[in-house]
Amino acid sequence: MTDHPSDALVVEDIHMAYGDVRAVNGVSFSVRQGEFFGILGPNGAGKTTTLEISEGLRKPDAGSVRLLGESPWPRNVRLLPRIGVQLQASAFFEKLTAREQLETFGDLYGCPPGRAMEMLEMVGLAEKANTPDNKLSGGQRQRLSIACALVHDPDIVFLDEPTAGLDPQSRRNLWDVLREIKARGKTIIYTTHYMDEAETLCDRVAIMDHGKILALDAPAALVRDLDAATRVSLTPGILPEEEARRLPGAESVDTDEISLTITTRTPAPVLTALAERQALDGLQVRTATLEDVFLELTGREYRA
Amino acid sequence: MTVTNEDVGQQARTETPSSSHSFKALSRAAFKGFIRDRATLFWTILFPLMFLVIFGLLFNDGGENKTELGVVGDGPVITALEKTGAVEITEFDSQDAALTAVQEGDVPGYVAVDGDTVTVRYAASNQASAGVINGLVDGVVNNANMQAANVQPRFTVDAQQVEDSSLEPIQYLTPGLLAWAVAMGAVFGSALTLVVWRKNQVLRRLRLAPVSPLAILSSRLTVSIGIAFVQAFVFIALALLPVFGLQLSGQWYLAVPLVALGTLAFFAIGMLVGSFSKTEESASGAANLVVLPMAFLSGSFFPIDQTPEWLQAVSMVLPMRHLNDGLSAVLVRGQGLEAILLPCGVLIAFAVVVGFIASRVFTWDDA
Repeated sequence: MTDHPSDALVVEDIHMAYGDVRAVNGVSFSVRQGEFFGILGPNGAGKTTTLEISEGLRKPDAGSVRLLGESPWPRNVRLLPRIGVQLQASAFFEKLTAREQLETFGDLYGCPPGRAMEMLEMVGLAEKANTPDNKLSGGQRQRLSIACALVHDPDIVFLDEPTAGLDPQSRRNLWDVLREIKARGKTIIYTTHYMDEAETLCDRVAIMDHGKILALDAPAALVRDLDAATRVSLTPGILPEEEARRLPGAESVDTDEISLTITTRTPAPVLTALAERQALDGLQVRTATLEDVFLELTGREYRA
Repeated sequence: MTVTNEDVGQQARTETPSSSHSFKALSRAAFKGFIRDRATLFWTILFPLMFLVIFGLLFNDGGENKTELGVVGDGPVITALEKTGAVEITEFDSQDAALTAVQEGDVPGYVAVDGDTVTVRYAASNQASAGVINGLVDGVVNNANMQAANVQPRFTVDAQQVEDSSLEPIQYLTPGLLAWAVAMGAVFGSALTLVVWRKNQVLRRLRLAPVSPLAILSSRLTVSIGIAFVQAFVFIALALLPVFGLQLSGQWYLAVPLVALGTLAFFAIGMLVGSFSKTEESASGAANLVVLPMAFLSGSFFPIDQTPEWLQAVSMVLPMRHLNDGLSAVLVRGQGLEAILLPCGVLIAFAVVVGFIASRVFTWDDA
């Protein structure tokens, strides 16, 4: 791994054990400035510990971390104003309104007074300025929490599962906020369970399990490398099953009441042939997703 | 890209974060959190006041404590008994009825006058009342006999009550309960803040902000001291009401350093409690376990000189005992600066030692 000057974070071969549990077992990666970097993995994979070591909250048993060119451990006060952190718990002061939370955190970093309202507007909470934190919805709390992480305009932002437990609307809403942060040139490092989200938002993702990185690349590259079959579905009845089997590149064909599904690794000739036969009613093309990559790498057994 | 980043950063960070800035921000946050939390307000301000009201009213009636006495019949003996003012008389129709009442414990004894015969029956189980009743009846009957025989008494007793204000219950209740209230506010304030902030990860978040631990600690301590002054003010103002009748001595202002140092010592104890507790429930349980027995042993609820000698000696190791002593010396006994030197010294020593231990066992988060 080359230590490039534009790297915001360089993690080299870090190890961390809690008693007998090897939470992080030889993790290395680097994140470029302005990159949106995702760490994916099942519960207990070591995502949060990796994040905590990168932020300087924990000292790794072995290995090194360079954050914006400096070591974050021991508590590096010079570095702190340049990093923004959203923790898994909301970390709000009790009984303060949304605006007061932001003002308090802003004051800790010496931010000018108008900053709080500016941040509330950015995360779409301007009309909730005077609402106490315990009256905010889950999504609103998460957005406020992210605003608190960004109030001092840090160069690099760590977000630990910012979208966990949110309804689809809140999640989409938060995506816009995250995209806005990226558009401002920030480096973002975040963990999530949601594969669709990582695929949409991240420039690169690291898939972790059992304290190790199993794969690290752009989501599209990971999907392509999986070389998984594409599934083309049609409304049943517009094409006889026999004919479907004879289409160029068709590997197998299944029919049920809802659809006729052709499995293929060469979707282009299949689609061309279907177009020629004017048999495109109800067409759906499902290619592999990051979720397939994830399940392929981490296995399908149930994790508590 | 990098250059733009720097520019944006510079705009937002026009001022370098200073300790006084952080201190003010955190104090403001802690203060707002305190006054907006009704439960905390109740437990720290109203709850101790309730004790002051209840104890104050209860004990201030102590002088009116009369012995009940059943009577059967009437005459000069009964009239004289009534005039002593020491008994509360219940009339019975017959000796049988009065006897039953004594046997059932309704009255501790009765006096029956039938012509020249005075009968006294009392329950042996209540010796104090029996003594009062026998003594009173003896005295009254002797007087009546002398009057009947027209004899001038040879000895006269000159009995007069001396008001000793230091024995008035409100005079020891106010400093005692105030010491307890200040201790409770400080221990609960610091222990619960520490546990809650560790649980909701505010501590962790602060660790990742350019804030000195001293600013975090001193801001919360300042709020606790402010709360203690409010407690003291409300307490004394209430006790001064005519119903309670506190006589405040001229040196009352010497209570200011005592309240501040008492808060400091108990704040440190709260930090220690908070360091060992994982949840709010266990923290408030542990805080109660420390404060309540200490309050009893230190004489917050009753005068310490009514307890056994050995207990008084033991209580000298407790910070609340010294806070009590100091507060009662300057609030009600009119003693001067020299009376608070030892209490202040002990409270500072406690704060330093316990604070040091607390800083050794302190953790930013549970994991």
